[in-house]
Amino acid sequence: MAKKQLRIALRNCGVIDPEKIEDYIGRDGYMALGKVLTELSPEATIEIIKKSGLRGRGGGGFPTGLKWEITRKVESTQKYVVCNADEGDPGAFMDRSVLEGDPHSVLEAMAINGYCTGADKGLIYIRAEYPLAVERLKIAMKQALEWGFLGDNILGTGFKFNIEIRYGAGAFVCGEETALIHSMEGLRGEPTVKPPFPSEEGYLGKPTNVNNVETYANVPVIILKGWEWFSKIGTGKSKGTKVFALAGKIRNVGLIEVPMGTTLREVIYEIGGGLQEGAVFKAVQTGGPSGGCLMTKHLDIPIDYDNLIAAGSMMGSGGMIVMDDSNCMVSIAKFYLDFTVEESCGKCSPCRIGNKRLSELLEKITKGDGTLEDLDKLRNLSTVIKDTSLCGLGQTSPNPVLSTIENFYDEYYEHVTAKKCRSGVCKSLMMYIIDAEKCIGCTLCARNCPVNAITGERKQAHTIDPEKCIKCGACMEKCKFGAIFIN
Amino acid sequence: MTRITSLKELTNLRDELRTRSLARSEKTNPGSIIQVKVAMATCGIASGARPVMDYLKEELEKRNIPALVTQTGCMCYCYAEPTVEVTIPGKEPVTFGFVNTKKADEIIEKYIRKGELVEGIIPADYETIDSK
Repeated sequence: MAKKQLRIALRNCGVIDPEKIEDYIGRDGYMALGKVLTELSPEATIEIIKKSGLRGRGGGGFPTGLKWEITRKVESTQKYVVCNADEGDPGAFMDRSVLEGDPHSVLEAMAINGYCTGADKGLIYIRAEYPLAVERLKIAMKQALEWGFLGDNILGTGFKFNIEIRYGAGAFVCGEETALIHSMEGLRGEPTVKPPFPSEEGYLGKPTNVNNVETYANVPVIILKGWEWFSKIGTGKSKGTKVFALAGKIRNVGLIEVPMGTTLREVIYEIGGGLQEGAVFKAVQTGGPSGGCLMTKHLDIPIDYDNLIAAGSMMGSGGMIVMDDSNCMVSIAKFYLDFTVEESCGKCSPCRIGNKRLSELLEKITKGDGTLEDLDKLRNLSTVIKDTSLCGLGQTSPNPVLSTIENFYDEYYEHVTAKKCRSGVCKSLMMYIIDAEKCIGCTLCARNCPVNAITGERKQAHTIDPEKCIKCGACMEKCKFGAIFIN
Repeated sequence: MTRITSLKELTNLRDELRTRSLARSEKTNPGSIIQVKVAMATCGIASGARPVMDYLKEELEKRNIPALVTQTGCMCYCYAEPTVEVTIPGKEPVTFGFVNTKKADEIIEKYIRKGELVEGIIPADYETIDSK
């Protein structure tokens, strides 16, 4: 069988000792920086990145070369290079793995970026919750400085570049570049309206190039292997590979890196080894809280930025969670929305109030009080939030709701009309019932019920009082005759 | 520590380091030793990679098997952590999953000593930038 994965960003992860710079150099480390500084002009280097077709791996998918060019063209005495390592999506750990397994690749790419844009200072904004990544970055930075890959007169070319670390305190919105910059400046981590883009006016008002960890990790390879090589991998407008954190009801939970254009089916069934035993595929969530849930009919679409958006989800930073029959899609939408409500910075009203209202509507539906009208309200409100929110967080936060309504409408419909949750997740909609035919009146269930909701004479069929029942499931577990079922 | 002052110096150093690491895995090289890599990212450490690495270091030394035990980053097989890769000179690297100290003992005795395969091998299912 042909190998489906190709490791570019993860090329050194699990191969080198991340705390030994010699290991990195032995695998062409800092050769790209050397080549750029000695043989290429900043313009020529930017041209290579542009032609490679590399796009931002943090979720937005903005063309990386173009961003570099914009930052270069803005005139300023001081510019900055920023690495966004504020990985906040639930279940995503791509950036952490790169930083812990191959920190030098990020440092090298930042220095290359500095040379291209005219910046001499780099800042890594990393979550303080990643202590090991921070530690390895610090070791790598110290080594790079000692060996002469950072600091003054790098490789005898007169180029100067230094890197510092800035810690984030774990706010999801700080992954948004303007909020990230404010957080680094010591201000509240709130986004501001773009333009001006950070490339024009960023950190301390100076032109700032912000790229994600994985984007940087691709850069040295593109320089060394050429844009032609890189642009041959992938699809029309999405080149190269993407790292995904594959999780959920999948057999082989793990990190994977696949060329753009690989289908979801290949990822789930071939690389991921299919679903866990007994599980039946229902949905796959991509893009974290900003993404959406895709279903069986989407399994054969080739994964790239544009296809995922067209299907109602997005690439995001690379979280991929596989779900099965035991996942209730309304509850899933609610889970992501509750995350957004928690993480909304509160600056703009559509996001602050709108998401809260969406969450309340979903709460109502999962409690069994929803109406058909609520489904329309969900849709309308979602659209308004998307259209009017200030930053990427609010503009994408209703995606989990919209995509689940779109793809799993029948489940929403059942929740509001039949008051039924087919996955048995929404406890308010569940009812435990004793089958009078099968019940022999052994009293085992009644004795195990923590709230005494089960009554009945010995050797007579028992009954459950739905008013008292707390739906703990203890009775069903204890019954030896399979007489208790969920409606 | 050497400060590298030109691309030429860097290229030379790269070549030297590469030859050295190739030589280690060469069958014919009498000085070649077994290489053991333990995936020590946060995830690996959380699943118990550290005691496994310590065990491998101690035991290989105790049992007089010349080997180089090093840490590395995430091998990407979260479902099978802790993971350990063993390269016997002249052979392809083999990755083992679900390695605890008991498994590590088995790897030393069966795979490293006798070349017998043990359960829990994870096949390499990816292309590298050099093969593509």
